[in-house]
Amino acid sequence: MFKSLSDIIKRIKKTGLPFWEIILEDDSYERQVPKEESWAKMKSLYHEMKLADASYDKNLRSASNLAGGDGAKVSEALEKGEILSGPFMGEVIAKALKMAESNACMKRIVAAPTGGSCGVIPAVLITCEEKLRFSEDKMIEAMFVAAGIGQVIAERAFISGAEGGCQAEIGSASSMAAGAISYLKGGDGNKIIHAAALALKSMLGSTCDPVAGLVEIPCIKRNVMGAVNAVACADMACAGIISRIPPDEVIDAMRETGLALPDSLRETGKGGLAQTKTGKEIKNSIWS
Amino acid sequence: MNIYDIIGPVMVGPSSSHTAGAVRIGLLSRKLMDENIIKADIFLHGSFYATGKGHGTDLALVAGLLGMKEDDDRIPSSFHIAEELELQYSFSGIILRDVHPNSALLKLTGISGKYMEIIGSSLGGGRIMINQIDGLNVNFSGNYPTLIVHNIDEPGHIADVTAMLSHKSINIAQMQLYRDGRGGNAVMVIECDQEVPYESVKWLEKVEGVVKVSYLSLLD
Ligand code: SF4
Repeated sequence: MFKSLSDIIKRIKKTGLPFWEIILEDDSYERQVPKEESWAKMKSLYHEMKLADASYDKNLRSASNLAGGDGAKVSEALEKGEILSGPFMGEVIAKALKMAESNACMKRIVAAPTGGSCGVIPAVLITCEEKLRFSEDKMIEAMFVAAGIGQVIAERAFISGAEGGCQAEIGSASSMAAGAISYLKGGDGNKIIHAAALALKSMLGSTCDPVAGLVEIPCIKRNVMGAVNAVACADMACAGIISRIPPDEVIDAMRETGLALPDSLRETGKGGLAQTKTGKEIKNSIWS
Repeated sequence: MNIYDIIGPVMVGPSSSHTAGAVRIGLLSRKLMDENIIKADIFLHGSFYATGKGHGTDLALVAGLLGMKEDDDRIPSSFHIAEELELQYSFSGIILRDVHPNSALLKLTGISGKYMEIIGSSLGGGRIMINQIDGLNVNFSGNYPTLIVHNIDEPGHIADVTAMLSHKSINIAQMQLYRDGRGGNAVMVIECDQEVPYESVKWLEKVEGVVKVSYLSLLD
């Protein structure tokens, strides 16, 4: 089990194996299962992501009746050519919304790393596969890259909003996704971890303040931010930009920042958006 | 945490802690009961109580008690299914001492009249912990086949159990002992690397001084 991203890089240098394979090997060793089994499991998770993406239903509404249908609006605007950020980013936005909405509507999704942040990784990966025509094997490899980054984040910091705020959920997802895209773009180990660092850095301090305590507002739209940020950071890293603060130190900063966040901003529904006038009205209307 | 705690589980939304974790608490409880449940009084603590409803925590716990896993598409309709299968359930709030904010107390009655009280917590990302069984502390995750032996606190019982396990070539991954006072009630929680055969569990139930044996199998 890796305690730092730099340990992964050291292993890459020592063995000559690619990032994804090092994570696969490590998992097979840690859980004492054949590599084929771990590969098959990751493949099935990717299939579940694609299935969840494909089975989006724009007519569903969540428990609060406030979530649902937004992903379809972006798809519509995309078809009309009205999305400024272009067809690739437009699709990323639509997919992130759709997955997060499906989650809010009690549909089947893949936690990555959590339910609240389940839209980020599939939004970028599935869009990459569709638009850039990677082989399925390459997509599974990218999943291992994302998982390896997430594992180090969980080891050094946290991946739940209750512990570290939204930077720990959407921030971690964005970081994992950024590393995975860098890999797909042909980035080496260093580009992968610097993309991950750039993405996490941009999300430091983000709070967990869901209205009425539900994984809806702001969670669904924050998935979009995490996904879009991941693409931008992978582009930066692959263009040769590095994080001036080394990636492992960025993760440590996320931990410190999370610990410093007051209780009210860590999934308690007692601060931020949850405590706005409208946020409280929504809460009262749901629980009355 | 392994990489499949990071990506995964496949789950019905919205929350890995409040929905998926809740299903797992229910399912583990169902497995520990080892028979169909006909009555479940469920007490929600902390954040489970405060925000559980909007997260489907109630639906999820009942789904688990009916034997569903966290990726079961039928979770949203678990109340209807409970009615069909004649599982009576109730929900109330409770304040439990020294537990994680996402916790529930389940008072369960099985079809044979068997009764169990279980406290479980959802730790985040779908990972859970069973904290208490019938008023005695235990702490296990349900990631291993787990044997839980309630016995009278007197010499020899630990040896009885470990001798049986070694006889069956079962490796102990972790073992915890708790008691409520010298000579009182004690409990052993043994997480194993292999499954414990059914007849060995039944044999243990007959050993003198053993009050109750529960076994969590990972087999479906
Ligand atoms: S606001 Fe909180 S619950 Fe919502 S996605 Fe962020 S961390 Fe998760």
